[in-house]
Amino acid sequence: MTRSSFQVGHTVVVDSQHLEQLLTVLRKRNYRILGPTVRDNAIVYDGLNSAADLPVGLTDEQDGGKYRLKRVNDQSLFGFVVGPQSWKRFLLQPEMRLWRAKRDRSRLEILEEREETPKSAFIGVRSCDLHAIATQDKIFLNAEYADPSYKARRENIFVVAVNCVKAGGTCFCSSMGTGPKATAGFDLALTEVLDSGAHYFVVDVGSKGGADVLREVRHREALQSECHIAERLVESCSERMGRKMDPNGIKELLYRSYENPRWDDVAERCLTCGNCTMVCPTCFCTTVEDYTDLSGKEVERRRRMDVCFTMDFSYIHGGSIRASPKSRYRQWMTHKLATWIDQFGVSGCVGCGRCITWCPVGIDITEEARAIRESEVGNAPTISARRQNYGNA
Amino acid sequence: MIRDPMLTHLFSLERIRKETYDTFTVELKPGHSSSVTPFAPGQFNMLYVLGIGEVPISISGDPAEPETLVHTTRAVGTVTKAMQKLRRGEAVGVRGPFGTQWPIKESERHDVVIVAGGIGLAPLRPAVYQILSQRNARDKFVLLYGARTPEDLLYWKEIERWRHRSDFEVDVTVDRASGAWRGNVGVVTTLIPKATFNPPSTIAMVCGPEIMMRFTVADLQKRGVPTENIYISMERNMKCGFGFCGHCQFGPFFVCRDGPVFRYDRVKALIGKEEI
Amino acid sequence: METLEPILAQHPFLKGLEPKYLKLIVGCASNVRFNAGQYLFREGEEANQFYMIRQGKVAVQISAAQRGVITLQTIGEGDILGWSWLIPPYRWRFDARALELTRAFALDGKCLRTKSEEDHNLGYELLKRFSSVIAERLEATRLQLLDVYATGS
Repeated sequence: MTRSSFQVGHTVVVDSQHLEQLLTVLRKRNYRILGPTVRDNAIVYDGLNSAADLPVGLTDEQDGGKYRLKRVNDQSLFGFVVGPQSWKRFLLQPEMRLWRAKRDRSRLEILEEREETPKSAFIGVRSCDLHAIATQDKIFLNAEYADPSYKARRENIFVVAVNCVKAGGTCFCSSMGTGPKATAGFDLALTEVLDSGAHYFVVDVGSKGGADVLREVRHREALQSECHIAERLVESCSERMGRKMDPNGIKELLYRSYENPRWDDVAERCLTCGNCTMVCPTCFCTTVEDYTDLSGKEVERRRRMDVCFTMDFSYIHGGSIRASPKSRYRQWMTHKLATWIDQFGVSGCVGCGRCITWCPVGIDITEEARAIRESEVGNAPTISARRQNYGNA
Repeated sequence: MIRDPMLTHLFSLERIRKETYDTFTVELKPGHSSSVTPFAPGQFNMLYVLGIGEVPISISGDPAEPETLVHTTRAVGTVTKAMQKLRRGEAVGVRGPFGTQWPIKESERHDVVIVAGGIGLAPLRPAVYQILSQRNARDKFVLLYGARTPEDLLYWKEIERWRHRSDFEVDVTVDRASGAWRGNVGVVTTLIPKATFNPPSTIAMVCGPEIMMRFTVADLQKRGVPTENIYISMERNMKCGFGFCGHCQFGPFFVCRDGPVFRYDRVKALIGKEEI
Repeated sequence: METLEPILAQHPFLKGLEPKYLKLIVGCASNVRFNAGQYLFREGEEANQFYMIRQGKVAVQISAAQRGVITLQTIGEGDILGWSWLIPPYRWRFDARALELTRAFALDGKCLRTKSEEDHNLGYELLKRFSSVIAERLEATRLQLLDVYATGS
């Protein structure tokens, strides 16, 4: 084992049996370890006690409205892509208390929340999710207003990214320019290699903090050949994406398409269940709720994630602005692919494919975008193929 | 710990006054741990009624007197109906001020036309106050105000005082009235053709129900007011007030942050499109 | 009546009218005045004229049993009142009452109808102008109908 001088950009190799050390080192530094693990037949993000909690030897098969786990013939630790959860559940939080107020006789006092900000190590963050975190940073850490809870959590994470070597059935990060190779926003990035009996990780150092931690993990210099294998795996992954989206001029396209008949077509299928917003790693809408105890002496204000598909979402005195399901689907997709760009300078879509996989009726954002684009040229179906096959079921 | 913009600040209800059958005005003074923040005409606060909820309400007081926060609102939902029942001394939470402002600075050396419909006069009143306090900085100053019936006219005593000024043209109309009403009857747009102002050098500020604003803008344009001189104020569902919760989106705009006051040419492509 | 011509010509309603048609109209015109509270006409009466308001304010009203008198619209300086003289059976559908001292030109309907039958060009000039007035009133009425200030709008 060589003692190498670490810099950002440096690449080393960690043998698979030594990955556990990485988790141990992080735990010793008071990070709670969060990463992919199997629960209820899906790969979710939760606490890991050891590397054994990772979905060893498992992969995922994903398609529109379909998600299955499958065993593979190896001991891969990261042989899958993304599941129904994203890292926003740890940064933005699905639910949290904003503040409490206590009424004491005539005095009313607001008690600010002083939460213990946990230090978290995110293990196995895919490139699409790195881009998603970066876009939520643009929203919640901007110059004028910042979310204190998001900021505190965000500043206390250690990111171990994973470069995907197997593309998912609904993935299209290549199209969106958000992967599969992690290029920024990580402390360490791993590419898992299983090659003729050898099992190792090619590790890119992304930050001083990453270098610092890696120093305490058994590692060796990466051979040229090993680096090449890793690169080729990731390249080949980028060529085998399950879906494609053409992002060129998509903002202008959707801005001109408010009256496109395709929206009526989607509306016939969309249940407005909002699954897509829940699994999407960039969706950030929240709402507030007020709670009182029976005596009215204690009052609590809580924030929770919200869904733009509800009738409530756009309600102002007298009615909802977006009453029809069509307008709500249009709002979600136009926001994701178009208005987001004007708001935050980047697309809201990172090509992770979760919305396609977890839509109960398999609505595919890439198919809808394509249909709208092609409808301008006049050749394409504004009725989806699925509808033609199954009628108005 | 950085400042949390979701933390409400307790103010005390100083005075509550009924304006019309469904509209009331609250005057708030800061509580012992809160302070006063200056505001600009057009901005709004998120007002919180304990245990009930929060609503965005435009500020309708005088910007030169920010120590008392004045808000006029209709009692149309759970929160405003609860607010209407509050008594003097009770607490109201305040967050803000948020949002963009009426183009007071831009209107200097121009004619100014303010067109208000119904409750729309409330967010415009601070603009009237500010312009009157610097009256010489502008040429003609016109207020056109329309409401449903004479009983729905807001700030009637004040309007009468304004009418008596020789440097302020105030025209009022109602949509319908009994025979006892001696004033104008007709929609507020009927006041536009006859008002005294020079369209090419006029800044117009319009606030009221969306339909009324659209028709008003059309009639102002018909008279020759350039589209980029017309400003409107919009409304959407808001939960935070500063662009985080996503509820108030109108196309790419966050009405709480890019609005509520918008220059008309910025939003004209979206206004009138259904369900945006 | 010659003195009326130049004043009539200045009324916004007759803007751009050729002098020969103006002369024809002047022949049917007279100067009128109403004090505050006076009725210009009442519902059901024969509609024999229309008014070009020069000064003042007139309320178009209707009276209903339980609702009393309702004002539907007020019109003032520069506006036109009344088109029932154009359309058979030539009867007023509403009341018109002066809210303040009002001066106007009253244009004799029978006189104008006769002259328009003789000279269709005159008829066309009048109808062009009236359709514009009626359209504006209809648009304003539609807006009133929308009841934009009601809750839930």
